[in-house]
Amino acid sequence: MAVAVDKVTANPNVKFGEVILEVKDLKKHFPVRRGFFASLKGGPHPVLKAVDGVSFKVKKGEIYGVVGESGCGKTTMARTLLKLTKPTSGEMWFEGTDIVKLGPAETKVLRRHMQMVFQDPYESMNPRLPVSSVVSEPLRIQRVAKDVDEALPRVAQVLEDVEMTPVEEYIGRYPHELSGGQRQRISVARALALDPSFIVADEPVSMLDVSIRGEVLNLMQNLAKEKGVTFVYITHDLATARHICDRIAVMYLGRIVEEGTAEDIVRESLHPYTQALIKAVFVPDPNNRQLGEVLKGEVPNPINPPAGCRLHPRCPKFVKGLCDVEEPQLKEYKPGHRAACHLIK
Amino acid sequence: MAMLEVRDLTMYYKTMRGHVKAVDGVSFDLEKGKALGLAGESGCGKSSMATAILRLLPSNGKIMGGSVKMDGKELVSLTEEEFRKEVRWKRMSMVFQGAMNALNPVHRVGDQIMEAMLAHENVTKAEAKERMLSLLDMVGINPKRHNEYPHEFSGGMKQRVVIAMALACNPDIIIADEPTTALDVMVQAQVLTAMEGLRRKMGLGMILITHDLAVIAQTCDEVAIMYGGKIVEYGSAKDIYLSPRHPYTMGLVKAFPNIAAEKQKVRSIPGSPPNLLAPPSGCRFNPRCPMANERCCAEEPKLVKSTRGDQKVACHRESEIGEGVDIWQ
Repeated sequence: MAVAVDKVTANPNVKFGEVILEVKDLKKHFPVRRGFFASLKGGPHPVLKAVDGVSFKVKKGEIYGVVGESGCGKTTMARTLLKLTKPTSGEMWFEGTDIVKLGPAETKVLRRHMQMVFQDPYESMNPRLPVSSVVSEPLRIQRVAKDVDEALPRVAQVLEDVEMTPVEEYIGRYPHELSGGQRQRISVARALALDPSFIVADEPVSMLDVSIRGEVLNLMQNLAKEKGVTFVYITHDLATARHICDRIAVMYLGRIVEEGTAEDIVRESLHPYTQALIKAVFVPDPNNRQLGEVLKGEVPNPINPPAGCRLHPRCPKFVKGLCDVEEPQLKEYKPGHRAACHLIK
Repeated sequence: MAMLEVRDLTMYYKTMRGHVKAVDGVSFDLEKGKALGLAGESGCGKSSMATAILRLLPSNGKIMGGSVKMDGKELVSLTEEEFRKEVRWKRMSMVFQGAMNALNPVHRVGDQIMEAMLAHENVTKAEAKERMLSLLDMVGINPKRHNEYPHEFSGGMKQRVVIAMALACNPDIIIADEPTTALDVMVQAQVLTAMEGLRRKMGLGMILITHDLAVIAQTCDEVAIMYGGKIVEYGSAKDIYLSPRHPYTMGLVKAFPNIAAEKQKVRSIPGSPPNLLAPPSGCRFNPRCPMANERCCAEEPKLVKSTRGDQKVACHRESEIGEGVDIWQ
């Protein structure tokens, strides 16, 4: 059964390798509640700038990694890309249409093309529903199928796509009868049910054991290569991102500090933050001990980020009078490799 | 004689459906000042082993047999009261996963560190305070902050406070169960660097329990790989990582993403860990092992010295695996 396509985007037939999503200066600020006495003092209302001016392009059929520590705004950005939260400002051009401007009815249709895989496979599924109901739910919500029975052919097909075969064995099971890796593959199947062209995967393997992470990651890679599904892979784990992503963006305090191919980022990183992050990722090799000095301190409070370059209080290369005054912009240092730092030659 | 000798330690959880064989005949040694890494998937019994050694078992957990000797003194036969007075904190202390959340939010961090000293040792308050300040300094926290409350500290700093607390009574052994799992990579590197420096300075023995092979590779001298309540491979870190001999270890080392390696497909080990209520007969890894034959399904392999390396391996077919052969290909 093919899924009927409703068009809300100007150009749904983006070819492999062309830009499918272009984000321009995306911002998401959350108002912060003040206490009664603090509000008496007046002054501007404090805001938490979770995502603060992010621009990037994602090409069809690629896996685009977004890497950063907790609190850097990567999950907020993921949710904003799917319009699960409304952006404060900025543009998101998906398949030739600025989806920020779409109304609620059109947004619902848009969800057929953009789906999400959540972090926790134990929490993101109703324990009382069998696999057939879990996977067919998006089809029923979008009225592609009126009930579970009508959706079954499509459910069987996506279960095959995620290599849950024989399908008959899994289709009637409940979530507790599946292992963590299988559950996460069901999450991917659910995201695939509507045949979307774009999937945001927010830490899809961080809850899984190392020995089974490969199942889900390889599945994402195959879907990208063979079916041309585009993935945005949100993670804190630079090591897995390096192996499955085509391109990686590194975020720090709501901004992208460096972007490039996985190879550029890992082997020839330009930004001091990326370099520190790579140094802090331990390698499983006892001959290569790397304990030692890393960046001092922790990510500062995003309600009041440091002036100038946001990294300057922790940066080993800090130059007074430059880094703490002027905010660096992303500049291209070689085709496709951008970084935001004053000190790169 | 090793400082800590664990022999055939067996610990079961009693449940309505029978015994969960969480730790089943585990033996290892810890020399003075050395670090042993204990690795395995979730549910392999590694945390149960830590709680069994420290006698912190829940009410349905029971040590069924085996011995734990510290400097030749048997610990399993001690009563709860004796163990608490003589061993826990003073000789052996622990840092648990998410231990930072165990700090009492309404007490100052300095007082919480002093509490352990005052409860276990005969010291005056002034002495305890002096030691508390030097401990804070050692774990890299400004001693001036001892008057602050836990909410004023970040996650990594709280974890370091807990480490300082574990060191309060000058123990010989520290058991750390996933000490950095809840932390960001950058903070993890800071905490582990502080811990490693302290360990060397104080000549501490450490048992580091984690699923993160990279953390063990960076800090430990010896490694034990656990699967289904048993140790399947045990030896020096270099042997285990660079020339593993057990099929499970080979799969695990290959599955662990290495940022320094060439770009490659992420590997996985098909199947899931055994149900320890009714573990598979024979070798517990046989349902997932590409090498399993009839003998593996019937007879349990013993942990013996490898035919090719210096480590100990529990596998019937170990001698048939050539060096450098990738059995998971």
